[in-house]
Amino acid sequence: MFTNAGTSSFTTFLSRVAPEMLPGRRPLPPGMAADLAPHATTIVAIAAADGVVMAGDRRATMGNLIAQRDIEKVHPADAYSLVGIAGTAGIGIELMRLFQVELEHYEKIEGAMLSLDGKANRLASMIRGNLGAAMQGLAVVPLFAGFDLAAADPARAGRIFSFDVTGGPYEETGYDAIGSGSLFAKSALKKRYRVGLSVEDATRLAVEALYDAADDDTATGGPDLTRRIYPVVMTATAEGTYRLTDAETATIAEGVVAGRMENPGG
Amino acid sequence: MAMQFYASPEQIMRDRSELARKGIARGRSAVVLSYSGGVLFVAENLSSALHKVSEIYDRIGFAAVGRYNEFENLRRAGVRMADLNGLSYDRRDVTGRALANAFAQTLGAIFTEQSKPFEVEICVAEVGATAADDELYRLTYDGSVNDEPGRMAMGGQAEAITGVLKSNHRPDMSLGEAVQVAVQALSTVGGEGGAARTIAANQLEVAVLDRQRVGRTFRRITGAALTALLDGESAPPSSDRPDTPSVPTGEAGKPTSSAGSADLEDRPGQPDS
Repeated sequence: MFTNAGTSSFTTFLSRVAPEMLPGRRPLPPGMAADLAPHATTIVAIAAADGVVMAGDRRATMGNLIAQRDIEKVHPADAYSLVGIAGTAGIGIELMRLFQVELEHYEKIEGAMLSLDGKANRLASMIRGNLGAAMQGLAVVPLFAGFDLAAADPARAGRIFSFDVTGGPYEETGYDAIGSGSLFAKSALKKRYRVGLSVEDATRLAVEALYDAADDDTATGGPDLTRRIYPVVMTATAEGTYRLTDAETATIAEGVVAGRMENPGG
Repeated sequence: MAMQFYASPEQIMRDRSELARKGIARGRSAVVLSYSGGVLFVAENLSSALHKVSEIYDRIGFAAVGRYNEFENLRRAGVRMADLNGLSYDRRDVTGRALANAFAQTLGAIFTEQSKPFEVEICVAEVGATAADDELYRLTYDGSVNDEPGRMAMGGQAEAITGVLKSNHRPDMSLGEAVQVAVQALSTVGGEGGAARTIAANQLEVAVLDRQRVGRTFRRITGAALTALLDGESAPPSSDRPDTPSVPTGEAGKPTSSAGSADLEDRPGQPDS
């Protein structure tokens, strides 16, 4: 089964030899299942002058309960791109792992990376595969961002793609947010985002936006100073992806909280 | 009525072996050896696009000689198997031994069942925590597997090359020394009148599995970095971005979380550890 000359796509290979491993291929009993599993919430992404920043809060909820305080929703998709997940956490994590293998697999088989648009389109088709489950309440909507190695203008190399549940990929300009707190995060970013931000400023701005989301959305968690749980912040630049260390995010988050002590509106 | 001539099974197997051996001996050679910093692959290859050496998984590399279409088919199968197992279990559960076994089964079945055996010889190498933990498996056209002692040569006049490697190779060599030993061994054969040849950098395909890296350890050495190694400068392999960037895994304790390499995740601007 492995020797068929076949395809460079891992999901296409799986659909032939092990379709049960694809999230969209499982039969679900009829009815809504939205309250069945934890939900992952807010993710923000910001395009900076020399790359892109993505950050996510750490909360997962089930109805009115907090299901997890330290879930990680922002991950590297490959060397130069990031993916964040909102929606049903279990399916989201599975989809994210599958997407990581998909990109790595293509790179190993073909000896070259997919283009950034190619990666976004692959992710879109994987979300489309989950449409049936999404219509029963188990929706997953990722946010995808990366450094485009083929960009003609280096200032536009950091690019962001959002998706709807039917898989439509949409390239966003400047910034975007997904998840339950995205409305508030986007409102905050709308007022504060400037073209040509440095990556450092963008990381601070991302944490500020998550603070604003947590301020007004119960499903989004703010910086947890007592337990020392801070947002996951990652960057993708010409040097590759980088996850800010706990100490670095602690410094940023404490700065944001200190600022809000003086001016709660930010 | 056409008469079917009788050929004994021994005769059939001998003929197939001879065909495969001749095919493999016609090609250029490849050398795999372990050194202090990892596992080194050096292959004579005039093409820079059709690889004889490639990445299978985080700590596993693949080198082959013989017919390109045949070993490329096996390589793809290996990548698929590794990625499928890594996704279903964990990245740590993908091992060189399992891959070598799978290749051996496939090659063995092809040798006995098909009318023509694969004219290939393969090395599956897994880099370990120390040079003593490195695993090198040699797979031949008939599906036999051999565990090699830290160095091996295949293709072309492999025996002569193995002899030179055996006397020069030490597992505690640096990368520069290892590349020179490998290239010197390759160049002892095929020269006019038994003399050594000179092999230019653009006729070599060089890659390593880097022991120090977390996540994907495979890295090609090309261009200026390779020339520097061949010239005997002890300069470390350049910090140039690898051709196929290898990438992100989180901490060593959580290999599942993603596919990546530690050095790309280092803070930009800081030297590699």
